[in-house]
Amino acid sequence: MDMSRKQPFERVVAAHGGTVLRVCRVLLGGHDAEDAWSETFLAALRAYPDLPDDANVEAWLVTIARRKAIDVLRARTRQPVPVEELPEEPSAVGVPGARDIDLWQAVDELPEKQRRAVAYHYVAGLPYAKIAEILGGTADAARRAAADGIKNLRKNYPGATMKGAPS
Amino acid sequence: MNTSSGYFASPSDADTLSRLRHRLELAAEAEGLLDVAYTTVDSPVGTLLLAATPAGLVRVAYDIEGHDSVLDTLAQRLSPRVLRAPRRLDTAARELDEYFAGRRRAFDLPLDLSLSKGFRQLVQRNLPGIGYGQTRTYRQVAELVGNPKAVRAVGTACATNPLPVVVPCHRVLRSDGTIGSYVGGLAAKTTLLNLEATAAEEA
Repeated sequence: MDMSRKQPFERVVAAHGGTVLRVCRVLLGGHDAEDAWSETFLAALRAYPDLPDDANVEAWLVTIARRKAIDVLRARTRQPVPVEELPEEPSAVGVPGARDIDLWQAVDELPEKQRRAVAYHYVAGLPYAKIAEILGGTADAARRAAADGIKNLRKNYPGATMKGAPS
Repeated sequence: MNTSSGYFASPSDADTLSRLRHRLELAAEAEGLLDVAYTTVDSPVGTLLLAATPAGLVRVAYDIEGHDSVLDTLAQRLSPRVLRAPRRLDTAARELDEYFAGRRRAFDLPLDLSLSKGFRQLVQRNLPGIGYGQTRTYRQVAELVGNPKAVRAVGTACATNPLPVVVPCHRVLRSDGTIGSYVGGLAAKTTLLNLEATAAEEA
C-alpha cells in the first residue's frame, strides 16, 4: 500500500480555499470566479493522490485555478450571453462589500501580466521565483509586473486602504 | 505574508467559501471522488468521529484518540481524498443516537473492515455475536474464534478495533471480572456496559 504522507483533502480546502477564491476573482474579475473555484477543487481532489508528497500545494492549486479560469473564459467567448451583465447600477450606499466590487473592477482592468502577477504574489502569496515558473520570464520581471500592478491599482482606486494598516 | 492580502478580502468570503465547500462535497460524491467521508456526532461518551468509505462505515473514533491524527491515518492508509461530508454518515449517526437512547440493540449498517487484517479482523467480525447486554472474557472470545491460546491477541484485536461501539469490543472483559482496558477509556466502557445493562433490564 502506498504510505502517503498527505494530509486529508479537507485540510487543503480549509487552508487554501480563500486564496484560490481570491485568485479566481482576480483572474476572472467577477461571478465566474465561483465556478472556477468549484472546478479547481474538484480537479485537485481527483489528482490529489498522485501529487508528490513534497509538492507546494498552494502553487499547484493556483496553477489548476489558472487553467480552469482560462476554460471559463474560453466558454464565455464561444457562447456569449448578452444578458449576463445586468444594466442596473445598484447603489453602493449601505451595501457591504460594495467597495470591493469597485476594487475587483480596478483589478480586472489591469494589463494581463500585471493582474496575474498581483494575484499570484499579493493574493496567493507565491514567491516571485514560483510566479516566474507560471508566467514565464524571470523572477525580476514578475516582481516588476506586480509592483506596476499595485501602482496602477493605487492610481485607479485611490479610496483603497490596506486592512491592518493605518488609514 | 504581506498586508496587501487584506486588500482583496471581502466580508462575505466566509459565507461564499462555506457554500462552495458544500458544493464541492456534493460534486465529489457525485463524481465518485469521495473516498472517505466523515462527520462528528455528540454522544454520552464524548464527541465521536464517524468515517465511511463507499463500502461502509470504516472508523468510529473517540475524542481521546485525537480526531486529527485519526484523519491523518485514514488519509495515509485508505486515501487522502478525505472530506467532511455528513450525508454519508446519516444512517450511522441515527443508529448511534438510537443506541445511546437505549432503543437499539444491534447495528444494521454496511461495515468496511479494511483497516484491520488477519486474526484481528477475524476477532472483530465475531464480536457482534456477543449479544446486547451480555459480556464475554478475552479467553472465551479466543475459544470462540477457534484459537483458545490467543488470549493476548484477542486483547490486541479489541484494543485496535477500528469501529468501537458499533463492533462491541466493550462487551469483552478480563477473566478476573475486571473490565480491562478500552480504546475509549475505562469510563466510556463502563458507560456503555451500564447503558446496556439498564436497557436490557427494562425490556
